[in-house]
Amino acid sequence: MTSPAEPAPTWHGILRQAFKDNDVRLVTYVPDNVLRPLIEGCHADPFFTTFPCVREEEAVGVVTGATMAGMRGVVLMQTSGFATLPNVLASLPVAFQVPVVMVVSERGTMGEFNPGQAIVCRTMRPILDSMGIEHHTMARLDEAAFMADRTIRQAFATRWPACLIISPLLSGARK
Amino acid sequence: MTDTTGNLHVMNRAALTKRLLAGLGNREAVIGGIGNSNWDLWAADKARGENFYMLGSMGLAAPIAMGVAIAQPKRRVFALEGDGSLLMQLGCLSTIAAQGVRNLCVIVWDNGIYQITGGQGTPARTSGTDIVAIARASGIAKAAWAADEAEFDALVARALTTDGPHLIGVKIDNEPGRDQTDRDPIRFRETFMRAMAQPV
Repeated sequence: MTSPAEPAPTWHGILRQAFKDNDVRLVTYVPDNVLRPLIEGCHADPFFTTFPCVREEEAVGVVTGATMAGMRGVVLMQTSGFATLPNVLASLPVAFQVPVVMVVSERGTMGEFNPGQAIVCRTMRPILDSMGIEHHTMARLDEAAFMADRTIRQAFATRWPACLIISPLLSGARK
Repeated sequence: MTDTTGNLHVMNRAALTKRLLAGLGNREAVIGGIGNSNWDLWAADKARGENFYMLGSMGLAAPIAMGVAIAQPKRRVFALEGDGSLLMQLGCLSTIAAQGVRNLCVIVWDNGIYQITGGQGTPARTSGTDIVAIARASGIAKAAWAADEAEFDALVARALTTDGPHLIGVKIDNEPGRDQTDRDPIRFRETFMRAMAQPV
């Protein structure tokens, strides 16, 4: 007798579980094709309140407000959207020490066809480093659960924003 | 309530901020936008824990207030935002409308200038942009101009007692903020979070 096969783990399923394990209930996003399975999974799960924002800045504001009022949240975006954020990150979640969790699908590397995306991608980690925002790049499925859970947990424990970067090595990236 | 800008009294932000706080009695959250919106909120009652003073991130008073409102649906939440600030983040009106945030009211102080940077006119003043009309067209049906102080009071009362989202437009004079906040973001956040932990 064989038990039914477990579905193979996915990076987006792992992230969704990490959100749940850390009581992250508010999922805001600016749409992105790579993140689509994560966005759709969150929409489909009543544990989450999930909706799109018009700009990444706005989503950071919404999650900051919700976090201060007791509801933890995350902002999903792609690399070029992250590049719109430095002023808001510096003056709101970093200055006020509010643990806004960000998930960024990395575009602009490993086969990018758009020069603009390739250049903006190079700004992402220096921006994060300059503000002392811890970031980890998720590139391997076997590390994904540990990295996602621990990064999110530390953000709330230390009251500081954090960023998980989804590498094309993990997501398969844009076709 | 008033639909158009033709017959609006020019009022005073500091006086109306005091008027707003005087009408609150159930630990409502009030999110002050950057600069003068903040400073007049601070001057009105700096001891009030439910006030949050945004020290940067121009344009995010309404999104922050929206986040508070979603996290705590029983608490009424106000955002105090300048016209120049709102122009930087107009899309948030669609987001607020799309989510139908019932317990949120955005108050827009509209003097048509970037007062804090030297009083330069906004493009919206030059073009005659009607912010309340934009809010309605964005899907916020309960958006109205307050023609005078009495109408402001009535619109605040409506925001406290009926489902929103609400937006109140107020034409204000050019008087600078009455006081300046401390620059202590961590204390502001801690004070606000403690206040938000109190039930309503």
